[in-house]
Amino acid sequence: MYVDVYVFHTSEGSSLPLKIRLYNGQTFEIDRIKGVCRAASTKVGGTGMRYSVVIKGVETYLFDEGEGRWFVEARREAFGM
Amino acid sequence: MGRNILHCDMNNFYASVECMLDPSLKGIPVAVCGSVAERHGIVLAKNYPAKAYGVQTGEAVWQAKSKCPGLRVVEPHYDEYVKYSALARGIYSRFTDMVEPYGMDECWLDITSCEKLFGPPEKVADIIRETVKFELGLTISVGVSFNKIFAKLGSDLKKPDAVTVIAEDSFKEKIYGLPASDLVGVGRSTERVLAGAAIKTIGDLASADPRMLASKLGKNGLALWNFANGRDESRVARAGESPPVKSVGHGTTTVKDMESDGDVWPVILELTQDVGRRLRDIKMMAGGVAVNVRDSNLVCRQWRTPLSIPSTSAEVIAAAAFGLFHARYRWELPVRSITVGTFNLVPEGAAYAPRLWDNVELAERRERLGHCIDDIRRRFGKNSVRNCILCMPSTLPPEHAEIVMPTGMPC
Repeated sequence: MYVDVYVFHTSEGSSLPLKIRLYNGQTFEIDRIKGVCRAASTKVGGTGMRYSVVIKGVETYLFDEGEGRWFVEARREAFGM
Repeated sequence: MGRNILHCDMNNFYASVECMLDPSLKGIPVAVCGSVAERHGIVLAKNYPAKAYGVQTGEAVWQAKSKCPGLRVVEPHYDEYVKYSALARGIYSRFTDMVEPYGMDECWLDITSCEKLFGPPEKVADIIRETVKFELGLTISVGVSFNKIFAKLGSDLKKPDAVTVIAEDSFKEKIYGLPASDLVGVGRSTERVLAGAAIKTIGDLASADPRMLASKLGKNGLALWNFANGRDESRVARAGESPPVKSVGHGTTTVKDMESDGDVWPVILELTQDVGRRLRDIKMMAGGVAVNVRDSNLVCRQWRTPLSIPSTSAEVIAAAAFGLFHARYRWELPVRSITVGTFNLVPEGAAYAPRLWDNVELAERRERLGHCIDDIRRRFGKNSVRNCILCMPSTLPPEHAEIVMPTGMPC
């Protein structure tokens, strides 16, 4: 699902997603970024810069599709909703 | 030193992109088809499950559905295809700057000088194949060989998601038993001519008398003989290098068949607006005009005429095209689609020899008018200046945003 993302842009040009906001306004902090690479999503389709993130103890992938669009692979139930 | 050439072919490109973007389509028969309402209702691409039912590219949607009742028909998303085509080229460019596109989904790569950096060519092919799959979720077939022709042949031999090597020292055993039609440049009509000379395989072609081939097929016959013998010296172009443009054209299928000259004229005029602008963009002028007409039985005919004064003027090109059509088309059947092309392109400002009665001054005024109209359209939008007749209801299909290919040319 597509999500809003709060991103920290470093002076070196890298982007670090800090938290995500779902369509209902609920916000979740990203506890940890475990890695980043360009990849395709095998679960929900689409491609982009893939951030391996941990949110509320759930490990999932957050994708930066480009042009400001981000999507997360996990379903909202995974975050205990 | 022998060359190392790769040919990367993205498998079922349009259909693969659709299935990658919507994983619910995976495993079910899918065909990407043009709009039936706009009379482009043919199969543009299909995935492997659809292929298993015998669905073929180019057939009508109803034909495909009768072969495969569960077929999922999806409409094309050209912007996505352009995006993924460019991303794949980006991956290829990490290995070499010699990346030559061949359509949206195929590329040749010359990796001759990359061996010390990335390893032997088969390994590079494998890395590229894996990278495209991982990063884009799409599969490619890669042909590895010592020339472009055999590299392309190799990428067709094993599909999907595979690497095929056709080596210089063993190519005869590998490909001489294949049908001659597998070779680049052997289309249906060439295949018929070759079959008439008892040439069925690439091996037959390689051992044929080149003089006999030249007498039957002209210089194409000699080229094919060289290809079959592994003698293709053509180089892979560098990324961004584009071959000189030889023709500029534009065509359309109208929403309703055209039944009179009055229906055809606005269509030709509309098409030539675009042709003229594109000629001016590349700073070339048309030395001749061609018209291709497809009637309601899908039979095509083409006529060509030279222009006495090279031009980019939509008005001049439209008049020449319509003149040809009016003189040659007999109206036995309504017209379904029409294409206006230009050929014998010469650079803007090139010298030419007008005939005594040619009005050079008028021709130059028309050229200036074309530039002026381009300028107005750039500033105020495409529809800010239009021929009056083009403001009337017509059989033209609704306008779509123009897609620009990664090579820079509109499609």
